[in-house]
Amino acid sequence: MKIIVAIKQVPERDAQVRIDAAGKGIDETDLQWALNESDAYALEEALRLKEANGGEVIVLSAGPERVGSTIREALAKGADRAIHIDVEDLAQRDVFNVAQLLAAAIKPESPDLVLTGLQSDDLGYGQTGVILAELLGLPHASLILHVEKSASGLTVKRELEEGWFQTIDLPTPALLTIQSGGNKLRYATLMGIKKAKTKEQRRIPAADLGVAAAQSVTLDRIALPHKQKSTQLLPGSAKEAAAALVEKLKFEARVL
Amino acid sequence: MSGVWVVLEEHDGRIGRISWEALAAGHALGAQLGLPVSAIVPGANTDATAAEAATKAVDKVVRIEHPLLAVYTSDAFTLALEQFLRSVTPEYIVFPHTYQVRDYAPALAARFSRVLIGDVTALAAGPVFQRQLLQGRLVGDYRASGPGPHFLSVQSGAFRADQLPSASATIEVFTPQIEPEQMRTKPSAPFRASAQTVDLSSAPLIVSVGRGIKEADNLPLVQELAAALGAELAASRPICDNGWLPIERQIGSSGQTVAPKLYLAVGISGAIQHLVGIKGSQCIVAINKDPDAPIFEVADYGIVGDLFDVVPALTAALKAAQS
Repeated sequence: MKIIVAIKQVPERDAQVRIDAAGKGIDETDLQWALNESDAYALEEALRLKEANGGEVIVLSAGPERVGSTIREALAKGADRAIHIDVEDLAQRDVFNVAQLLAAAIKPESPDLVLTGLQSDDLGYGQTGVILAELLGLPHASLILHVEKSASGLTVKRELEEGWFQTIDLPTPALLTIQSGGNKLRYATLMGIKKAKTKEQRRIPAADLGVAAAQSVTLDRIALPHKQKSTQLLPGSAKEAAAALVEKLKFEARVL
Repeated sequence: MSGVWVVLEEHDGRIGRISWEALAAGHALGAQLGLPVSAIVPGANTDATAAEAATKAVDKVVRIEHPLLAVYTSDAFTLALEQFLRSVTPEYIVFPHTYQVRDYAPALAARFSRVLIGDVTALAAGPVFQRQLLQGRLVGDYRASGPGPHFLSVQSGAFRADQLPSASATIEVFTPQIEPEQMRTKPSAPFRASAQTVDLSSAPLIVSVGRGIKEADNLPLVQELAAALGAELAASRPICDNGWLPIERQIGSSGQTVAPKLYLAVGISGAIQHLVGIKGSQCIVAINKDPDAPIFEVADYGIVGDLFDVVPALTAALKAAQS
């Protein structure tokens, strides 16, 4: 099975995020980056499918130079090769446009399966995979926790709301968006990190894919959220704050 | 027949609350733009749901009805909605932000070379649509450019469904052309993983733990706090994903929805998927080392600090208060 996993580099979870001077994006100075969480699960699922059924795992990522570190991490974990769509103007592209870029890079590979994470931890659109399926003309299923090869294609376990699940049968080639938590993630081994250096990393300039930057939806401004409630912050040492909290819960909120 | 169209989603023969909230958002948008607001009810047997929708102040209700819409598939829903939208060319289509909508609305919008503005939490003049970024740490103002149709989906709890005016709308039927072979995926009936043995929905006191706890070995810290309070222990998704607590103790859109007197969130940053599950809480307390964590936007009381210091101190203070 030839599997392409689309992965995204996002700010590290605990990174201090600042709004940039234009107020339309985040300031990337000194920002720490990481592999998007659900994409890590998509990669894990791909590696497991390859271990069970043979084949090839190709990681695909769009972004500037810095994306290379996340690609190397995926190669170190076991992906066979990588495609890096070199694009500097991601902020001038909406999610449809980014999906067009990814689709243009995927098409000539004719994979049996395309995996993406459910959604990115930064912009959180949760749409790239579904749009990609539409652009590639592939059947898709979203919020997938488990994938198994079947006689006619794939049988997948899909998460529904409030603790419900369903299974879906679909033919290949197909696209799945992977939810976090379906598998235990592997770490890159020292051997894996060494090997990654010898693996193919093909860079494709976005301009070569024939997809000009465009957006039908624009992000005009980003800001800190308004507080829905005014939180009473309890100051002092841990002991003082804890004692004050117990007082508040007993005599002010009256919930104890 | 342009205007604002709101897609209502059916669950067990009824229109869900979040769909009424989407209709409320549609009304707010219609009022701002001076456009009529209509409702769409897709399904195989939409008699009752269309009648229910027609009691609200909408211009009209359209039943998009076909036997192949009985069970949700992305292919059938995308096809049916696409055919209908091409026949009416609306300015805006508003969806409830459900798992089902997330599965097909982005593809539907793509067929019109458009992007769904998903998970909208507020509407401002423009129209400008607000949604969260970086898991709630920032908000973004979005605008759709060019001619319609424009697509948006509305976050649960963001608009008030209880103030929808009532009226009596006309009902029409639209019959899409769908062939069985166009449906490429075959879904099974929904099932639950295991019998739900923990019902947190009626628990009066809940201590909930998140990523900040770092390791499974640190869980006794919050277990002792829960015991001192006489509270149920719950968790955010990453804790259950790691298998540190069973999934039946997971709170949020993919887990349980709770409404306790006291919800004490320990080391939980407060991603929106978690916050939708705790909206009904009477009093929310957050303990987190990050003063900018979104949990503090909804918390009544907060302690900014290291949970490994604060939690044992709180457990001790509770024990002292009881003795």
